Amino acid sequence: MKAKIADRDGALAWIFLMPSVVYILALVAVPFILAVGLAVSDVTAGDPSFNFVGGKNFEAAFSDPVFWRSLGNTFLFTSVSMVLIVILGKVVANILIADFKGKWFVRFLVLLPWTTPVTLGAISWLWLLDSIYSPIDWVLRQLGFLAPQGNGSNMYWLGEPGLAMLSVIAVHVWRLTPLAAVIMMAGLVAIPKDMDEAARIDGAGWWRRMFEVTIPMTLPVIAVAALFGAIFTFTDMAVVDVLTNGGPNNATQVLTSWAFFRGIDGGDIGQGAAVALFLFPLLMAAAIAILRAVRKLEVH
Amino acid sequence: MAAKGSARPVMPRVALYLAAITVAFCSAAPFLWSVITAFKQNRDLYNPDNNPFLFNRPPTPDHIAYLFEKTAFGTYLWNTLWVGVLVVLITLVLGLPAAYALARLDRPWAGWFGIVIFLVYLVPPSLLFLSLSRIVVALGLQDSTWSLVVIYPTITIPVSIWLLIGFLKAVPRDIEEQAMVDGYSRLGAFWRAVVPLTFPGIVAVVVFAFTLTASEFIYALAFVSPSSEKVLSTGVPTELVRGDVFFWQSLQAATIIVALPLAFVFNLFLDRFIAGFTQGAVKG
Amino acid sequence: MAIVEVAGLVKEFDSGKVRAIDSVDLATKEGEYLVLLGPSGCGKTTLLRTIAGLEQPTSGQVLINDTVVTHLPPRARQIAMVFQSYALYPHKTVLGNIVFPLRAARVNPQERQRKAEWAAGLLGIEHLLARKPRQLSGGERQRVALARALVRDPQVFLLDEPLSNLDAKLRASARDELKRFQQEVGTTTIYVTHDQVEAMGLGDRIAVFSQGKVRQIGPPTEVYDDPADTFVATFIGSPPMNLVPDGEKLVGFRPEHLLPATVLNGDAMRIELAVQRLEYLSGDRHLYGTATGIGEPTRVISRLPATVTEPVEPGQTYDFAVNRDKVRYFDAASGLRTTS
Repeated sequence: MKAKIADRDGALAWIFLMPSVVYILALVAVPFILAVGLAVSDVTAGDPSFNFVGGKNFEAAFSDPVFWRSLGNTFLFTSVSMVLIVILGKVVANILIADFKGKWFVRFLVLLPWTTPVTLGAISWLWLLDSIYSPIDWVLRQLGFLAPQGNGSNMYWLGEPGLAMLSVIAVHVWRLTPLAAVIMMAGLVAIPKDMDEAARIDGAGWWRRMFEVTIPMTLPVIAVAALFGAIFTFTDMAVVDVLTNGGPNNATQVLTSWAFFRGIDGGDIGQGAAVALFLFPLLMAAAIAILRAVRKLEVH
Repeated sequence: MAAKGSARPVMPRVALYLAAITVAFCSAAPFLWSVITAFKQNRDLYNPDNNPFLFNRPPTPDHIAYLFEKTAFGTYLWNTLWVGVLVVLITLVLGLPAAYALARLDRPWAGWFGIVIFLVYLVPPSLLFLSLSRIVVALGLQDSTWSLVVIYPTITIPVSIWLLIGFLKAVPRDIEEQAMVDGYSRLGAFWRAVVPLTFPGIVAVVVFAFTLTASEFIYALAFVSPSSEKVLSTGVPTELVRGDVFFWQSLQAATIIVALPLAFVFNLFLDRFIAGFTQGAVKG
Repeated sequence: MAIVEVAGLVKEFDSGKVRAIDSVDLATKEGEYLVLLGPSGCGKTTLLRTIAGLEQPTSGQVLINDTVVTHLPPRARQIAMVFQSYALYPHKTVLGNIVFPLRAARVNPQERQRKAEWAAGLLGIEHLLARKPRQLSGGERQRVALARALVRDPQVFLLDEPLSNLDAKLRASARDELKRFQQEVGTTTIYVTHDQVEAMGLGDRIAVFSQGKVRQIGPPTEVYDDPADTFVATFIGSPPMNLVPDGEKLVGFRPEHLLPATVLNGDAMRIELAVQRLEYLSGDRHLYGTATGIGEPTRVISRLPATVTEPVEPGQTYDFAVNRDKVRYFDAASGLRTTS
């Protein structure tokens, strides 16, 4: 009996990895390079022939005020959502890690926003925030905050620029908090029990244990959750697309939805690619931050 | 002092229950609203004077029937299901061996390779969909659900590898070495001893990957436009909205029908998922 | 004929930074029970794993049945191994565990069943065949692991600290069972342990390991009575051999040979023992004191068997002695045995 390939770890490692690597190279790396190519071309939906145009697409994109508006919105969405997602995720994780009756059911309800396909969740909100039939408005009317009927009796959650922004952020936070909570639960579970017990014996109260043991110990996981939250918010367009379609008057337009609007709906693929590519350096920065957080985790 | 161990302080318990109820309510509120809406008659729903939280007229199942009889909802459900199943299969067939190679075959580059794969997960669809749509055209898959079967594994493979590494590292090395001593090759040991032991973790990954697939929106919107080829995430919002006429009750019913089973199954495997997440990250 | 032989075996880890096995030559005799004994981290488990084919040596050869198997995978080596954890497949029944190697060898179902029943019968676990490993006690798990090893008809059994997961009470009976099992089966066995009691009780020969090297190999009595160096002298024996520095030499003698001068006759080396402390252990008396008169004053231990009834009090000094033929000398610099 001789050694076959199935016995050789080195060869096997390559054979096992190759399919995944090829798949990802073909459908992530290649399109990525292609995206760079499209961004410097004049390809449109109507005229798919490739002509090099240099930075023209970028110039065109940058000269459009909607681009800058989208960029600003993207940062606002991402930063506000991320902070809220992390704080709420931490709170929810601490609740779900505790023991109480009906925990299974509470977990089930908390998971709903994350497991539901994002567009369907957003549709629920679209109806909740409806310009006429929103039950929130009805409650406000009953409490006397809004006029009983007719003009001024509705909030127009998705019609007023400020409120629309607030609504989109609220939906993002609602949707991503469960994921952040699950990630942070993983971090909490990983803390050795005796560490917490030692702190208890040393006489540390709940808040002291939280801030001097739990949070420092789970900081890397919190960082991972924050960046997951950031990247999901940063790159998502489904919520915007369903709730406001970028409106009113581009008040909720983000880079992703703008790229989609220009590239697919508008047919100017070159410019769409240029806008999408603009995301990349920002994402790389986030990715490097994740890398560091993961490194920290591994040192543990 | 004597009772301290047995009788727990009451106030923190009350606070915990209040917090849990609040969190559960905030998460579920839009869905509760959806459930009420789905059974309402039009004349009840579209009257701003009615208390929207009550049934002012008897509840009706008509809108759910409409969803299945008059719309392509069944097709979307079916498309999402088979796309999800195929994507999960591709993910496991490619991802499981790759995760094993990185977790167990002791290659010196396994560490950074794992990190690179994790980073791939962070490359967003929004950056790739324009050029991917060209590739989809080149493959002749434009406007076909099959394009999603081909593209979705790029999302699910990296994150699944990452999770599977965690589960595979939790299998004692002894077990696979025992299988090798018992007369199996490394491949045989992987297949007959390691995979059966990783099974619960694999199921958790299946559920997670399926959830990601069902949720995906950008690719589905960009690559597939014919109604019969659409999946839930694109089909429901586009087909149940005619111009500015929304079929609200049916839309809400669709949301609930999809949301509840997914959350239920995910919750079943939540603990495993958490375990995999930690081990993938911590035990480097 | 040597069943297992290793020649010039070297195993390095971390690209040469750690030498787990440092040029080891070793050969088993047919049907022999060879124990690899050493402290944890001495390389004994690495050696066993290298013989099994789970590790590739950096250099050197492994031979099984006079065939070079250095580069063959474990499955091609006709070996059976029992891990410290027993590594039972938790998802299979006891029967499933036992027939697993037979399925690898594509033995037909009737033959599989027959062999599994034979092995289970030999180890007295027929009534457990339908159970899952988690329903078994530690001792039963060991027997299942042995049965699984047995059905392979191996050239050699490799056992890696199989008793260390059992509690102290069970260990004695499990050890007894291992010995009986091997005597019945008669297969060559290599057994790794850090426990000298196991080594002394089980081994036909003991190979004492330290820092990747074989310090001494021989029958238990030889390793105990004639240690090759100070490492072996102090590693084996409880309490260990006393070593008293005397110029370039170390004078070594076992605690049970340091006895009151009055009970010894014949040619004895006299030692003054200032007793500081006294312990009663299982009927024996252990005396802790300082020895003078044979070199530098040194802390030594004397073990008086129950048959020696001389009264001894802490704080007093007594005339003790060691029979000359029980005294061993070592070179102070190298630690190796020297003659007187």
